[in-house]
Amino acid sequence: MRIRNILAVVVAMSMTCFAAAQSPSPAPSLVPEPPTDLIVADTPDDAGNSVEVHWNLSESDVFNTLLSDTQEVNPQQIVATYTVERKVTDGNGNEVSDEDASWRKVSEIGAGESQWTDRSVNLGWSYDYRVCAVDNQGDKSTWCNASGSVTPVMQMFNMSKAWLAIWMLLFGAFIAYFINCARSGKKLWVRKIAGLEAIDEAVGRATEMGRPILFVAGIQDINEIQTLAGLTVLSRVAKTAAEYGAQIEVPTCRSLVMAAARETVEAAYLAAGAPDSYQPDRIHYLTDEQFAFVAGVTGYMVREEPAACIYMGGFYAESLILAETGNHIGAIQVAGTAMPSQLPFFVASCDYTLIGEEFFAASAYLSGDPLQIGSLKGQDYGKFLSVLVLIIGIFFATTISMTESDESDGFGAGALNYIQNNILGNEGFGSFGGGDTDIEGDDS
Amino acid sequence: MKRTVPLVIAIVAGFVLLIANFIPFAEGWGLTAQEWFNILAVGAMVLGGGNLVKLHLMKVSGQRKGWGYSLVTIVCFFGTIIIGMSKMGVHPNTLYPDYAWSGYYLESGSGLWWIYQHMIVPLTSMMFAMLAFYVATAAFRAFRAKNTEATLLLVTAGIVLLGRTYAGVWLFDGWLPESMLWLRFDNLTVWIMEIPNTAGTRAITIGIALGVVATSLRILLGVDRSYLGQD
Repeated sequence: MRIRNILAVVVAMSMTCFAAAQSPSPAPSLVPEPPTDLIVADTPDDAGNSVEVHWNLSESDVFNTLLSDTQEVNPQQIVATYTVERKVTDGNGNEVSDEDASWRKVSEIGAGESQWTDRSVNLGWSYDYRVCAVDNQGDKSTWCNASGSVTPVMQMFNMSKAWLAIWMLLFGAFIAYFINCARSGKKLWVRKIAGLEAIDEAVGRATEMGRPILFVAGIQDINEIQTLAGLTVLSRVAKTAAEYGAQIEVPTCRSLVMAAARETVEAAYLAAGAPDSYQPDRIHYLTDEQFAFVAGVTGYMVREEPAACIYMGGFYAESLILAETGNHIGAIQVAGTAMPSQLPFFVASCDYTLIGEEFFAASAYLSGDPLQIGSLKGQDYGKFLSVLVLIIGIFFATTISMTESDESDGFGAGALNYIQNNILGNEGFGSFGGGDTDIEGDDS
Repeated sequence: MKRTVPLVIAIVAGFVLLIANFIPFAEGWGLTAQEWFNILAVGAMVLGGGNLVKLHLMKVSGQRKGWGYSLVTIVCFFGTIIIGMSKMGVHPNTLYPDYAWSGYYLESGSGLWWIYQHMIVPLTSMMFAMLAFYVATAAFRAFRAKNTEATLLLVTAGIVLLGRTYAGVWLFDGWLPESMLWLRFDNLTVWIMEIPNTAGTRAITIGIALGVVATSLRILLGVDRSYLGQD
C-alpha cells in the first residue's frame, strides 16, 4: 500500500513536469532601449517661464541617425513615443501639491524628436526631469534621468537681440543727429523722387479736366505701417487738391482707416483754407473683402473715370487689377508700396512707382519740413552702414570661396559666421568663430 | 486736445512696445496690444457698415447715377445680416438640443454657408481670375522693346517664360554640347531667379526695412503727425 502511494506521487509529479514542459513559456519582455544623456536647462533670454529638455534618441528609434546601416531594430522594440515626466523639488517657498511633488507625465513626444520645451513651469521653482522610450505595444524602457534639477530664471534683457538693439540705437542716433542738424538750420540735400514730383502734376491734371482724384491707401488696417505711410501721403495730396479745388475720392477697405482718412483729409482742407470744400462722404468704407473691394473701386473708376489714381499702401494681388483698370481709363497713375511682389505690377501699369523706401520717404519729402528731411538723411546713413556690413560679408564669403579653404576654420570663416549668426542673426554677442558657415547663404 | 491725446497714446504705446521687444518679461505685451486693436476694429465695423448703408441709401433716395447697384448692395447687406444673425438653416448643437440657436453659424448647408459657398467664393474667384487677362495686357505693354532696358527686360522675361515650361529643355535637346548645357533656358532661368533676381529683391527689402524703421521713429518722436491730420 505504501509503495503504491509512493509510485502514484512519482507518476503525478512526472506528469506535472511533462505538462509544464509542453505548455508555452512566457516570452522575455522586449522593451525599447532607453534614450540617453538627458540634459535640462533654463531657456535663455526668457521670462523664466520655460525649460528646455534635450536627450539622445534611443537605439530602438528608427530615426536615430547614429544607427549604422547593419544595425537592425527589433520590430517589437521600435520606439513610438517618448514620455517626459517631471517633479517639483523646490517650490521656492510656495506650497507644492502632492501631485506636483511626485513624478507625473508632462509630455509625450513622437519618435525622432529629441527635444521639448516645457512652458508650464513656474519662475524660481526647481524641477527634476526624466524621459523614457515607449514602443507600439506600450512597453516602456528604463528611465533616463537628468543629472540635476533645473530652476527657471528670468533675464532682464533679451541678449539674443543685443545686436538688433545696437543697430536700432545707431540708426536712431543718426536720425536724431540729422534732425538736430536740420533744427539748427543746416541745409540738407535730398535727391529728387520723380514719383512724388508727379503728384502735383496729377492733381493739376485732374483739376484741369474737372474730374476727381482717386486715392487708395492699400487694403491693410490702420495698425500697419504701410497704411500710416499712405495716410501721410494722402494728407499732402488732399491739401494740394484743396488748394487747386479738385475733388478727392478715398474708398477704404477698413473702417478704422476710413475714420483716420477722414481726419487727415479734413485737416488738410482746413490747412489749405478750404474747409467748406471738404466732403466727408467722399471718404467711405467699402468692404473688408479683398476682391469685393477691388470690384467696388474698379467699378467707380470705370463709371467716374478719375483723372488721377494714386495707390499708396499695402497691396496684394489686387494691385494689378486696380492699376490696369486705371491704365485703361487713361488716368495718370502714381503708386507706392512696400510689397516687393507687387512692385513689378505697379511698375508695368503705372506712370510712376515709389519703390520700397521711396514710399516711406514720401511724407517727409512732400512736407519739405526740415525735421522730417533730417530723418531721411539719417535713413541714408543707416543704409550706408548696412551696405558696409554687406560688403564686408561679401568680401569674406568671396575670399573663402576663391581660396577653397576649410569653411569652418580661419579668421574669414569665423568673421562671416559671426556676421551671419550674431550681427544679422539672433545669437546675440556670442563667441567669435563658433558654429557653421553657410557660404551659399540661401537660408539666412 | 482732439489730436494731442491720440498723439500721446501713439507715442507712449509705440515706445513701450518697442522696449518690450527686448525685455523677456514684457514680450507678451505686443500680443495684448494686438488684442486691444482687434476689439477696437470690431467696434469700428459698425462705423464702416453704417457709413456704407448711409451712402447707398442716399444714392437710392436721390436716384443718382447707378442707384440700382446701391439698391442691390443694401438688399444684400441686410439679407446677409438677417440670414446670419437668425442662423437660418443651422441645426441646434447636439450638446444643447433645446436651444435653436446653439449651432455653428457657418454649419454646412445653412443659409450663411450657402451665401459664402455659392456667392462670395465664386465672385471672389471670378475677380481673381481676371488677373490672368490683366497680366497679359500689362506684360504686352511692359515688354515693348522701346529702349535698351526694355529690350533687356523682354529678353530676360522670354528666357524665364520658356525656362519655366518644357520648351526650355526641348529647344536645346540633342544639339547642344554637354559643356554648353548651362545655356539651356531652364538652367538660365534658375540662374536669373537665384542671382540677379534675389539680389534685387534683397536690395529692395533692405531699403523697405530701413524705411519702416525711419517712418516708425518719425511717428514715435512726433516729428510726423500728418496721419493724425496735423502738419
